[in-house]
Parts: sequence; structure tokens; C-alpha cells
Amino acid sequence: MSGDPCDRCEELLQDFLDRTLTDQEWKEAEGHLAGCDYCARRYRFEEKLRRYVKTSAVERMPPGLMAKLDELRGLDATA
Amino acid sequence: MSEPEPETEARRIAAEARDRARFEEEALALADQVYRVARRLVGSREEAEDLVQETYARAFRSWRSFTPGTNMRAWLLRILTNLNVDRGRRIQRTPQTQSLEETDYYLANKMASAAGEEVLETDEVVERLSQDSVVNALSEIPPQFRDVVVLVDIGDFTYADAAQILDIPIGTVMSRLHRGRRALKQHLAEEALP
Repeated sequence: MSGDPCDRCEELLQDFLDRTLTDQEWKEAEGHLAGCDYCARRYRFEEKLRRYVKTSAVERMPPGLMAKLDELRGLDATA
Repeated sequence: MSEPEPETEARRIAAEARDRARFEEEALALADQVYRVARRLVGSREEAEDLVQETYARAFRSWRSFTPGTNMRAWLLRILTNLNVDRGRRIQRTPQTQSLEETDYYLANKMASAAGEEVLETDEVVERLSQDSVVNALSEIPPQFRDVVVLVDIGDFTYADAAQILDIPIGTVMSRLHRGRRALKQHLAEEALP
């Protein structure tokens, strides 16, 4: 691994969590994380952040919209 | 060409009505999931409601063009994102000085330098960012990056689905997703940690 190993680990973060790394890259990241608290903490933070972003961003459908959509049933293709 | 037997024709019409009703039921069952994505692609609840209604109106009119057995949620979102682009109803923000988004550890580093490295170990670290700041930061991401982040990270679409919905190559989905997430973290750092 060339350059700063923590910089390299940072580059692999998203693909690691998305599980899209090659086997070689996966081993590289895991090997580094096993011995680097600095990066391991940031990986765990990223996982928590992703879950939090998702729960924060979800807004349920407003009441009444379903009835409006239901009224659209049977629309004519020529209309 | 001879006229079809009235009985055969009646059976055909009845079968088509059943297929159509089944299609509509299946599409309506996805409305909440469609709305969740729509809501983060546009700036207000009203716009999201309009967009979802237009999407369903178009979907119900063109139900014959849906191939049964394929991913209906992705098909509906394809209609929705096309309508959204056509109408230019993306969240309009004053364009920022196009700063390059920061690297992936940026937000964690900012939080650590504000509250100490140990803060990252706590389970509640992310709750230091308010839910409003997350929503605001999402809306600040440039649209082409936001679309991908919303589809993949909020809508749970695969890269392949997102590529199909937005009509872009998978490689572009991945690069926009990476940049979009970094931009999100940069905006979050700006929103929550001035």
C-alpha cells in the first residue's frame, strides 16, 4: 500500500460499507482497520450516520394522498 | 378479418380488466415508498404530492407498457424522475461557489475536533446532528448527485435500478453516489458545526 495508509483506508470507506470492494481491497481495508482505531472509529461513525440519514429523511405519505391516487384508477389512455 | 365471437371478446375484455385492476393494486401498494423518494427530490410536501399524483396518472394511463414480473417500483420511479426533470421542478437553491466536496472523514474529523475523539465512540454521536440539518443538507446537494443519493440511500434501490431509473451507466451512479455522500457530509458539517 503506497502513501498514507489512513488516506487509502478513507478512500475505501464507501465501497467497504456498500460491499463493492474487490477481495484484495477488502483484505487491505480489514487489515488496516484491525490495527487502526482512528479509521475504525470513522468507519463505525459512517455506518451510524447512514442509518441516521435514512431515518431522518423518511417522511410518510400525507393523509389524503392515497385517496387522490385511488381516484386516478381507470384513467383512459386517450384522456 | 372476421369479427371475434361475442363471447370470446367478452372474456378478453374481462381478462384485461382484471389485469388492469391487479396492476393498479400493485402500484398503489407502492405509493408510500414512491412518495418517500419524491419528497426528497423536490423542495416541498405540496410539490411531492403533485409529482406523485402526476406519476400515478401517467402510470395508470400507460399500464400496458409495464412488463409484468419486472420491478414496478423502479418503473414508477423512472416515470417520476422523468416528470421531475421535464418540469424542472428540482429544488432550486442559489448555486454555491462550486467547492470540491471534502473527503469521507471530513464530518467525523470535524465532530472529533469539536468534542474530542471519544465522541465518535458514543452511540449517540449522530444525534448531535438534528434531523432538520440532515434534511437541509440533503436538499443542498447538487441535483444530479442528490437524485442518486436519494434513490440508493433513502429509497434502497440497487445501483442497477438507479442506473435504469436515471438512464445513466452504473459507473456514473457509483461516482455520483460517492460524491453526493461526500457533499452531504460537508453540508452537514456546515449546518451542524458552524
